[in-house]
Amino acid sequence: CFAPFLCLRPPQIRVKPDRTGVVTDGVKHSMNPFCEIAVEEAVKLKEKKLVKEVVAVSCGPQQVQETIRTALAMGADRGIHVEVSGKDYETLGPLQVSKIFAALAKKEQADLIILGKQAIDDDCNQTGQMTAALLDWPQGTFASEVTLEADKLKVVREIDGGLETIKIKLPAVVTADLRLNTPRYATLPNIMKAKKKKIVNVKPADLGVDVSSRLEVLKVDEPPQRQSGVKVETVHDLVEKLKEAGRI
Amino acid sequence: AVFSRAPLIMALRSVSRLLVNSQRCVLFTASRSQKTAAASPWGRNSRLLDISQFNWRDALDLEGLLTEEEIMIRDSFRTYCQEKLMPRILMANRDEVFHREIVSEMGELGVLGPTIKGYGCAGTSYVAYGLIAREVERVDSGYRSVMSVQSSLVMHPINAYGTEEQKEKYLPRLARGEILGCFGLTEPNHGSDPGGMETRAKYNPSSRTFTLTGSKTWITNSPVADICVVWAKCEDGKVRGFLLERGMKGLSTPKIEGKFSLRASATGMIIMDEVEVPEENLLPKVSGLAGPFGCLNNARYGIAWGALGAAEFCFHAARQYTLDRIQFGVPLARNQLIQKKMADMLTEIAIGLQSCVQLGRLIDEKKAAPEMISMLKRNSCGKALDIARQARDMLGGNGIADEYHIIRHVMNLEAVNTYEGTHDIHALILGRAITGLQSFTVDK
Repeated sequence: CFAPFLCLRPPQIRVKPDRTGVVTDGVKHSMNPFCEIAVEEAVKLKEKKLVKEVVAVSCGPQQVQETIRTALAMGADRGIHVEVSGKDYETLGPLQVSKIFAALAKKEQADLIILGKQAIDDDCNQTGQMTAALLDWPQGTFASEVTLEADKLKVVREIDGGLETIKIKLPAVVTADLRLNTPRYATLPNIMKAKKKKIVNVKPADLGVDVSSRLEVLKVDEPPQRQSGVKVETVHDLVEKLKEAGRI
Repeated sequence: AVFSRAPLIMALRSVSRLLVNSQRCVLFTASRSQKTAAASPWGRNSRLLDISQFNWRDALDLEGLLTEEEIMIRDSFRTYCQEKLMPRILMANRDEVFHREIVSEMGELGVLGPTIKGYGCAGTSYVAYGLIAREVERVDSGYRSVMSVQSSLVMHPINAYGTEEQKEKYLPRLARGEILGCFGLTEPNHGSDPGGMETRAKYNPSSRTFTLTGSKTWITNSPVADICVVWAKCEDGKVRGFLLERGMKGLSTPKIEGKFSLRASATGMIIMDEVEVPEENLLPKVSGLAGPFGCLNNARYGIAWGALGAAEFCFHAARQYTLDRIQFGVPLARNQLIQKKMADMLTEIAIGLQSCVQLGRLIDEKKAAPEMISMLKRNSCGKALDIARQARDMLGGNGIADEYHIIRHVMNLEAVNTYEGTHDIHALILGRAITGLQSFTVDK
């Protein structure tokens, strides 16, 4: 995550008074850290001349253009901003996003889609997998190493038991995990070049995608306040208390 | 295998992340119960004034005056400074070690000589240069001095006063941080009066060289510099600039020991004992003190921004400390004396930054006068030193420990207030502009 800056404590996340979500007004938005890693990997592939063009895509309101510009400053060639705002944006979830990506992949005739394994605000970890399914493409998720071998992709995946190495045919979807690489700082000259790179605006309807959600958020609550503990004198008391609380 | 046909798509998620460096506070939904219009502190005008939430981190919305590009540059560089420079500074300052690598790192990021167009430089606005200086100095004034010297005092004179050959030869390597430069103007007996300098350059027609003899002191980077931009008086009495390279016979750059300011940067002397300098190394496009002063003004502008970065660090650190530290059952920040001090800090920083952005825009439009730069360098440095000292006091005993960083800024700002024109000298520059009467010397 982000390095600590001036505060020693991060500011508090607040639940909205109507309990439909968290307050996002006035909160600085930026690129999801796993997506930063995805951008870095894509730019690296281009620098090795293994891919010809890197297109950065983001779905959301006007502000996501800043995020796309950051990707352009890191080395992406052009951007696509899929405009989703207001109520639609609040209910935008992995299923709709993957439908958008699948439609774009077909339109742009992409060979490879790289995205972050999950977003750190909702932790869904679904978009990459859903996109692959919709396109009927193979997927290499939680990638910690990606190597192009002829027309196949060798992906080393971080799994619970350790590392799994798979080979998948292109076109494919890859989701980036933490150790895939260390994203570069955007250099000044690249930030300035990014100004001249194009970002195209597209609406979900243009791609034939319906962004209405099939999910309804019933409520969002803060985690319960931590209750104070109880001190006990002996181990015997501890066991009794745990039994009382139904813990053992 | 090369994928020549189709593009690679990266899907980006723009995430709502409450970053610890967020420029805007989270809006709390505060409900003020207003029973009558008279009872409300804003009265009837609250509907006319579109009341925004006050942001103590950016009290006068500096953010709103920056272009998207400047914001990106600032953000990217701020991340580098916090992630890569901040972890080094504690021990670098304590042990007086200059990390030469940072020059190469900054070169890679393209922040050296950022306002220069071409020669491998970025060609950004002066406001962007100021923002860069502010971010480095937020970490340490010594690091910012290194950056200022390289950009404004070495690259700038070569760019402004040098030949095309000199520019091609030196600028790209300086921009990458491959070579490090230093600027030799000040002498042991001539600080505020550079016009009285004793370093001499004698032309030798037979060998088409200049022989330089003299000494310069308080030279940032000199002990480890690859090139020196030295200002010397020629036989016609005019001051000119020369490019000296390490290895030239008679040139030595001893380190100054016992320095209790800017310890993370290497400072030394430039001793020249009949150094033979080829005439191609003369900077031909300027003569007289206008040369060095042009460079100094360039650097002073960066310092005006930079000093406020150091002040901001001290303000924020003191704020956090006094919120955390409990005495007599309440946080120190609950006390009036503490809040008054922070109110003063907030005000000076906010006003100072506004003036800096205006000055940057004027420089970009080529409408700035040197006195403007003097005014802001003097203001920012003086106010920053005050703020740092106050902040140090607010931390009590912990304020003298380098782990809390503020004492390091206090130490550094003493030098920053003094170099590039002391506080008093800039006052005289302004005094002359105000009255038409010079008060530098005792003659009329």
